[in-house]
Amino acid sequence: MLARRIIPCLDVKDGEVVKGVRFADHQVVGDIVELAQNYARFGADELVFYDITASPEQRQVDVSWISRVAKVLDIPFTVAGGINSIEAAQFILEAGADKISVNSPALLNPDLIDALVDKFGSQCIVVGIDSFWDGDDWQVKALTGDPDAMISTRWKTTDWLQQVQQRGAGEIVLNCMNEDGRRNGYDLKQLAVMRKLCAVPLIASGGAGCMDDFYDVFAKTDVNGALAASVFHKSVINIPDLKAYLRQQKIEVRL
Amino acid sequence: MDLVIVDTGVANVASVRFAFARLGVRVRVSSDAKTISEAERLVLPGVGSAQAGMAALRAKELEHVFLDYQRPLLGICLGMQLLFLHSAEGDTACLGLIPDEVVPLPVSDGPVPHMGWNQLRIVQDDPFLAGVRPDSYVYFVHSFAARTGPNTLASTSYGLDFSAIIRRDNLYACQFHPERSGEAGARILQNFLEAKP
Repeated sequence: MLARRIIPCLDVKDGEVVKGVRFADHQVVGDIVELAQNYARFGADELVFYDITASPEQRQVDVSWISRVAKVLDIPFTVAGGINSIEAAQFILEAGADKISVNSPALLNPDLIDALVDKFGSQCIVVGIDSFWDGDDWQVKALTGDPDAMISTRWKTTDWLQQVQQRGAGEIVLNCMNEDGRRNGYDLKQLAVMRKLCAVPLIASGGAGCMDDFYDVFAKTDVNGALAASVFHKSVINIPDLKAYLRQQKIEVRL
Repeated sequence: MDLVIVDTGVANVASVRFAFARLGVRVRVSSDAKTISEAERLVLPGVGSAQAGMAALRAKELEHVFLDYQRPLLGICLGMQLLFLHSAEGDTACLGLIPDEVVPLPVSDGPVPHMGWNQLRIVQDDPFLAGVRPDSYVYFVHSFAARTGPNTLASTSYGLDFSAIIRRDNLYACQFHPERSGEAGARILQNFLEAKP
């Protein structure tokens, strides 16, 4: 059976791994290559690196660390952050990343998704969606890496989720912003709604606080993977324990 | 060991190159017909569509090189699919080294692409699988696959039972990405390096 994926997310700022609460106040948590290697050794199924400074500052990710990570890692990894052209994507994939994830640049220019899919194939094009419940509906936000640059878009999350699939996205990471960094659990209500609208792999992001949160998101929303950052970086949860617990609860995981 | 990765221009070869480097093997990446035909071991990686993959091999006039190659050849993911007669992806005629066809994965077992870690079920003993645990998880990313057949060494189930690993004479192939499949993947790559020519 296809295993549910546990995906540590490493937010990268200026070449270092950082983590903030609700996207602000970033603290450095460690060296990229060392963290990546440790996560792989302890059973992470995949890693995501978000260069959170890239989009607001209108620059590309620095690719030197991507090759360093690719050399040591024997599990797949995705790079996200400010990828706004075929050339940028090619650079990153050639450096050794398995997938690229686009977010804000796709909102500013949706045709970018089609162009990337045409060139590289759906299987390596992930679309990240930052979704915020505004009291009435889930709305897509852009440029969330910097609180001062963040903007609302014209998209409802339900519409954008379908739009990006029509354009060929091979996987979707849904970051539920209201829960991000709070460790109160994933946004099960939202994820269950989006799962029904999502025919490609769906990854939950935002809110993991304890092992039961992972059980809940897999058992109650049928997502393919669960992404988390601070609970792993701060060793609130270690992955071998988490996987043993999930296996015991009859959730299929790779041990 | 003179190992050459075929550069089709559409595949990401870095991760495969790095995986062999971790096993202590320096690899050459080439699209030159002479270099490829003289290699001791050949790897045909693959990301992208069957049409693009075959078009790239034709544009570089490499088709006949594969037809004549007698030493161990490893196809990975799309590189495996290109070894077959035909792929339903874009109704593409492939290299025809394995007399079977590549079909789309049905959506019955979950989202397509089939993306993530799934289990091998070993159906035939072979030195290519030496040291690989029978229930190993390996990393897949694909929407098409070949049904199991006489060349299947290990199968995986996702919508249908498909060939995860095949061997036919000097041809070795994995539908998954051994370069991203942890210890099991590294073992398989090592076995390929040790395969008898």
